[in-house]
Amino acid sequence: MNRLVPRLLLAPAVTTLLLWMIVPLGMTLYFSAIRYNLMQPGELEFIGLDNFEFFVTDPDFWPSVVNTLVLLGSVIGATVVLGVGLALLVNEPFPGRGVVRVLLISPFFVMPTVNALMWKHMMMNPIYGVLAWVSTTLGSTPVDWLSDHPLFSIIVMVSWQWLPFATLIFMTSLQSLDRDQLEAAGMDGANAPQRFWFLALPHLARPIAVVVMIEMIFLLSVFAEIFTTTGGGPGNASTNMAFLIFKQALMNFDVGVASAGALFAVVLANVASVFLIRMIGKNLD
Amino acid sequence: MRPGTLLRAAGAWMAALLLFFPLLWLALTAFKTELQAISVPPRLFFPPTLETFAEVQSRSDYLHYARNSLVTSVASTLLGLAIAAPAAYSMAFFRTKRTRDLLVWMLSTKMMPAVGALVPVYVLAQTAGLLDSLTALIVVFTLSNLPIMVWMLYSGFKEIPPEILEASRMDGAGVWGEFVHVIRPLAMGTLASTGLLCLVLSWNEAFWSLNLSAARAGTLAALIASYSSPEGLFWAKLSAASLMAIAPIVVFGWFSQKQLVQGLTFGAVK
Repeated sequence: MNRLVPRLLLAPAVTTLLLWMIVPLGMTLYFSAIRYNLMQPGELEFIGLDNFEFFVTDPDFWPSVVNTLVLLGSVIGATVVLGVGLALLVNEPFPGRGVVRVLLISPFFVMPTVNALMWKHMMMNPIYGVLAWVSTTLGSTPVDWLSDHPLFSIIVMVSWQWLPFATLIFMTSLQSLDRDQLEAAGMDGANAPQRFWFLALPHLARPIAVVVMIEMIFLLSVFAEIFTTTGGGPGNASTNMAFLIFKQALMNFDVGVASAGALFAVVLANVASVFLIRMIGKNLD
Repeated sequence: MRPGTLLRAAGAWMAALLLFFPLLWLALTAFKTELQAISVPPRLFFPPTLETFAEVQSRSDYLHYARNSLVTSVASTLLGLAIAAPAAYSMAFFRTKRTRDLLVWMLSTKMMPAVGALVPVYVLAQTAGLLDSLTALIVVFTLSNLPIMVWMLYSGFKEIPPEILEASRMDGAGVWGEFVHVIRPLAMGTLASTGLLCLVLSWNEAFWSLNLSAARAGTLAALIASYSSPEGLFWAKLSAASLMAIAPIVVFGWFSQKQLVQGLTFGAVK
């Protein structure tokens, strides 16, 4: 009995996740090997690897791989660095700390579509936007963010969304940093940068690993922000892997090619996760 | 107050206001007329109006979408907890050699980008006649949150000292009794924060709701996308709709943040 019960408890989660993984994957494998365009009904003909060739030789393919990785790397970099900074800033008590905390974490609760449209219009519009007004006031020409720096604009939106998450985790972790140790180091003449480098940063190694892992999971498939603002453009300047596959499937109606792309995305995700599991696998215990 | 503290407080306040500013601006714009919304220079002070809110409700039936958001997020949270909690319990208290591999595998299913499963899930939903249905959204939300929930619950359950369990096992409590009387009181915090995170993630989920739902089962996240261009130029309406879409979850988040944060460490804080 003592062996059976734990397995029974695990069964629902394992079964549903197994189905959730295997059924779509199997179907994707099948679709990727046939000619299957929703606009050209007819016989589903086996065409081997043609879909893969088509997807990989698409001129948008490499740019989208690069965009996916740039987006991932920039947002993770920005949120970790700024998050550590903010967490250190609010670590000690000061007047209004509770309110500051609430303000800081608010963007985490905002849905991606609202986030995207808010930045696109009210902030980044080159004529009526707040940023345009700031540039004009400072005497420079307003920038048309979404047309001239589309990927950077997406990075700003996504980072704004994820910074609170990183900050929160670092804040919680800093609370458990041994204060006596910090004070002792201060007495011994360690200056602030030294205390940060030798005490706070090592303490934050684990939470940083966790933040990187969770953000990676969510950021590999950034979609709504691109869908509602740039539509992947201009050209392919802000098309990532997720958006490229979406375009093939629901705009070109080419299920075969989209499935080949999806398999490629799975490979990309797995390469990323191998790195990740190496890096933080030991943190799971 | 020491000058250092003062400087730090000023910095923290500035950072917080800067990060919060876009939301504040969104909220202000929601109370403007369309003309005031696009005035140059932007106006901080103006006579507030409520007419855009009424217009949003009459034009796109906000309440219908809000109801869909509420139903899908609450149902997927409860369903997710019902599946994830037993699994996490089993992994935390009946560890085997394979526990870690199992957890890594579960997380790896979340690694697969949603878009990779889009076509199959779309086809399946279509075949089952579940396109644009709340059922499909609930199932998909639950499945995509499940790995994160298991992980979060597992790292929370692990903090419970095993000695307590051993003692209750000696006293002859069965698995059920152990769960109800010993684990549950200690694990309520973890369960609550996991549920809260799941609620936030589902409420804000945009990929599946954009692709699997339309007028009938659409959630607020999908409704807002319909305000993208060309109607996006009506900023006051866009802002009012956005504010109505995020206000419930943001206010909810403010009140539950302490609870949420406690469980949001994923075992990273020792």
